[in-house]
Amino acid sequence: MTHYLVNFLLPALITAGFLYGIRLMQTPHTALRGNRIGALCMLVAVLLVLWQYGLFGRPMVWAALITGSLIGLRMAQRVKTIQMPQMVALFNGLGGAASAVVILACLNLLVTETWWFGWLVSALALAVGSITFSGSLVASLKLEGWITSKPMFFRGQTFLVRWMLYSTGALAVLAVIDKSPVALYAVVACSLLYGVLLALRVGGPDMPVIISFLNSLSGVAASISGIALGNLLAAGVGALVGVAGMILTQIMCRAMNRDLLSVLRGFKDYAGSPETDNTQAAVSGDASSEASARLTADDIPRLLREAHKVLIVPGYGMALSQAQQAVKDLMDALEKGGKEVKVAVHPVAGRMPGHMHVLLAEVGVDYDQLFDMAKINHEFAETDVVVAVGACDVMNPAAASTEGTPISGMPILKVSEAKAVIVCNLNEKPGYSGVENTLYREGHVIPLWGDASETVPEITAALTQQG
Amino acid sequence: MSLTVVLIFVGVCALLGYRIISAVPPLLHTPLMSGMNALSGITLLVALASLKTSGAVSLLACTAVVLAAINVVGGYWVTDRMLRMYKRGSGKETEK
Repeated sequence: MTHYLVNFLLPALITAGFLYGIRLMQTPHTALRGNRIGALCMLVAVLLVLWQYGLFGRPMVWAALITGSLIGLRMAQRVKTIQMPQMVALFNGLGGAASAVVILACLNLLVTETWWFGWLVSALALAVGSITFSGSLVASLKLEGWITSKPMFFRGQTFLVRWMLYSTGALAVLAVIDKSPVALYAVVACSLLYGVLLALRVGGPDMPVIISFLNSLSGVAASISGIALGNLLAAGVGALVGVAGMILTQIMCRAMNRDLLSVLRGFKDYAGSPETDNTQAAVSGDASSEASARLTADDIPRLLREAHKVLIVPGYGMALSQAQQAVKDLMDALEKGGKEVKVAVHPVAGRMPGHMHVLLAEVGVDYDQLFDMAKINHEFAETDVVVAVGACDVMNPAAASTEGTPISGMPILKVSEAKAVIVCNLNEKPGYSGVENTLYREGHVIPLWGDASETVPEITAALTQQG
Repeated sequence: MSLTVVLIFVGVCALLGYRIISAVPPLLHTPLMSGMNALSGITLLVALASLKTSGAVSLLACTAVVLAAINVVGGYWVTDRMLRMYKRGSGKETEK
């Protein structure tokens, strides 16, 4: 009876606790409690294992636990909000590594002469864990800027990546059939290399997809290691994480109009972007500019003064120039003038899902003012002024009008429908996709080139002087 | 624990997880992901358990414990930090 209690009932209860915690994450005002419930469940689970296996008196166990906890704590306290994506990527990698290492530690238990299943799950856990580790590490370094964030291509890379994946699979099969430990180690080596090659090919804006995907893999690795070693809790909860990562991957892919396979294959498009149909786009741009007189920077005070509704469109550029506070100040100034202010967020505006929301929350922007693309896109037509800060590709009309570019078919924020648009970008160069933004040529668009942390306060100043 | 039970449990968790996680709004996607990230450190349990099992290489198992503990503690802490930043009502008072 106790056996049943400890091995099934308690893990099931703890899992229910985790699920309840995630459920609380559905609304912002309960999310903090949800996360703490999750942490508490984790603590209970750890204590349960320590008690179950009589590990309380082992100094080595405590040393390992405390070392890990202190390192984790220190990292979590020091990280800045803009670095959150690389932090998450790094933690992902550590989780994957832990799953692979635990399998290595228990290898002589798992791989016996008779039990083929042990070989299979070992090979799988090692492969997934290793890919997660090396892939996440490279992704993290790319986000931190230690490796160029552009996709890296070299001759024969596609061939090599594909070959690595196939050989990982083949070696895993060999390990199961032949029961050869050497093949298992080879699986680790191939998977590590595959993870590196995979992440190297993925560029900046596609990071949300790859991070979500690696997040999913880290869960899958934990789940498989749980299955392998008969740990119900790890198996179930790992699957939970795997599913969560998959859902986010799917959402990110849909937001970019891509499928996961094309992301994993890497974006050759970025390296040699096909010629965009500039003439056609230019014609449509000129038509609108000739109809009404072109707006200039001098019009900004008047426009803002007369505006009733203002939408803010943030992009990753806002994070790069650290203009969040300036944006918040502008929003406050606008609201003081009695205007309706909302923030329109594109799903892939940052480097990870929900990145813009966190950045703006940090400077005190009310989360009621943050709206997702699907909810706000119809409101641009009734908007007087749009202030875009460091956003480019997510509002490029060329996504709809051109074909064969990396952003073709990507749903965009319909910024152009607003009566006036102020663009606070560094320069008029195309966004990451390399596709020229035809929006800049339209008559009702006022570009303010320069560092957004300087140009946005200028707008605020123009507004307050008038008011 | 029989393998069948474990696999069924995995299936149930995946299904329930799918239903619950799908309803999390984009506003909370970053905290969700970092929270899930912390949760993937659940391998910590496997690593701890393996320290007791005879035949497991304890140095490797300890390494796994350290890695997973970083993942768990760091992940939860960072999520907590983020969620504390989400607030509502700063603008509400002026409207009233």
